[in-house]
Amino acid sequence: MAEPFFQVKGLESGYGEIRVLWGVDIEVNRGEIVCLIGSNGAGKTTLLRTLSGLVKPTAGSVRMEGEALAGLECKDILSAGVAHVPEGRRLFRTMSVRDNLLMGAYLRRRDKSVDEDLERVMTMFPRLAERANQDAATLSGGEQQMCAIGRSIMSRPKLLMIDELSLGLAPRAVELLGESLVEINKAGVSILLVEQDVMTALDLAHRGYVLDRGRIVMAAPSEELREAPAVREAYIGAS
Amino acid sequence: MTVRPIYVLAALLLVSLLPLVGDNYVLRLGTMFAMYAVLAQSWNIIGGYAGYPSFATAAFFGLGAYAGAILQGNGLPMPLAWLAAGIVAGLFAALMGAAILHLKGHYFAIASLVLAEVLLEVTTSWTSLTGGGMGLNLPVIRMSVDAQAQLFFWAMLGLAVLAFLMSWYVSASRIGFALRCIRQNEDASSMVGVNTTFYKVVAFVLSALFVGSAGALYASWVFYIEPPDVYSVLTSVKPIVMVMLGGAGTVAGPVIGAAAFLVMEEVVWRNFLSIHSAVLGLLIVALIFFLPNGVLGFIRKRKRTGADHGKETAA
Repeated sequence: MAEPFFQVKGLESGYGEIRVLWGVDIEVNRGEIVCLIGSNGAGKTTLLRTLSGLVKPTAGSVRMEGEALAGLECKDILSAGVAHVPEGRRLFRTMSVRDNLLMGAYLRRRDKSVDEDLERVMTMFPRLAERANQDAATLSGGEQQMCAIGRSIMSRPKLLMIDELSLGLAPRAVELLGESLVEINKAGVSILLVEQDVMTALDLAHRGYVLDRGRIVMAAPSEELREAPAVREAYIGAS
Repeated sequence: MTVRPIYVLAALLLVSLLPLVGDNYVLRLGTMFAMYAVLAQSWNIIGGYAGYPSFATAAFFGLGAYAGAILQGNGLPMPLAWLAAGIVAGLFAALMGAAILHLKGHYFAIASLVLAEVLLEVTTSWTSLTGGGMGLNLPVIRMSVDAQAQLFFWAMLGLAVLAFLMSWYVSASRIGFALRCIRQNEDASSMVGVNTTFYKVVAFVLSALFVGSAGALYASWVFYIEPPDVYSVLTSVKPIVMVMLGGAGTVAGPVIGAAAFLVMEEVVWRNFLSIHSAVLGLLIVALIFFLPNGVLGFIRKRKRTGADHGKETAA
């Protein structure tokens, strides 16, 4: 069988003495939206931070299209095509929305294609176009998330990783952002979505993994996960 | 920017005419100003642009002073010794920076503070090289007192101008851009592909180069150095106060802050001889309290509110 587009095998990682991930295996196929669900402290954010190079793994492999990524620097992982939208958006305050978006293209040569991509992001998120010259800190939560997603696609990623898409946002904003994710996905970008709001995650994703205390405990298509008794009990609150 | 860097450069060049009008006391003040300007502008690179609260200035200064003194003692011509001292401080900063710049906030501050303490201990114990606690005398220069005063004044001012040009260049370049991103949000900078480790080390080295040379110049100027003098913790603290006074992360701010600090220090010293440290301390607290963004921030704010006011009356 051909190797999947993005493959994580036996990944272990943590902070100093504290081990957070205990041999995580996940796969993302080309063009797929995969979600990662789990409770607080399960290690979802640590997994993304390890995949993007902010935290160095202690064991295991990360491969995209056959290229080994585990242990590389952030900038090398990013230029290989893995972009990370961090939890809490993390925009550059005091910089305008446009400059924040352009920061996403930091590693690219500044040429016409960057302006075209900027145009595309502005078309996808008209609110950002309206506020292009405003300080990014003055945006609402939903707009900030748009800006963060826009910034990450400015690097032309093949895989987009999003940490807590819906955190602290109004339901309407989450809906809008979900639609744009589907649009980005249709343009050929695979997506790994970390989400506490399990229903939102399973609505968007084709497949899902359940992470619990640093281990993958379940992997199935979204419809199956939605019906799985363990998931319903633990994360949705229905019995 | 409210104070254009070019004005500051012009002011620095004007100061270079000081020997025409002043006596040696004024020249001594001028040399102190230039030295403070070097220290403040250097700290501004790591502390202002990159936002890393470094207390390593004294380490670079003392290391430069001793490197310069030892090299001069071994027969290296004075200007070359100054240059070499800057390079020694820069190399030291590169090595230490790579080791401690992964620390953030208070942890980085403490680690950088320790650098000077360690160098102080090493210098004091390594008697065969440094003269230890007895200090080190520098070769006497055969020149009149007046000529010496002018020489060191111009040399120090020249160094201040170089530091200024460096700071100006950094603020407009890719390095300055990367450093400001790091100050805003280091994680996000990494995620968009800024090589944060590299740029932080570059900033640390840039904050050391000119300070090392200034230390060597200082050693040549005063003829005699001892460890507690050149590794004094005040050498680390003063530049921070100057930059805070002037405006952190700006090109003109550190120079303005250095001048303001020198004036304050001199006035307080003259009028409150026995309690000058206490009065200076209180003044600093008061200034930081009332001018949190420095003189430049204050001017900018005044201008902005003035403009708003103008709009209101127009409407």
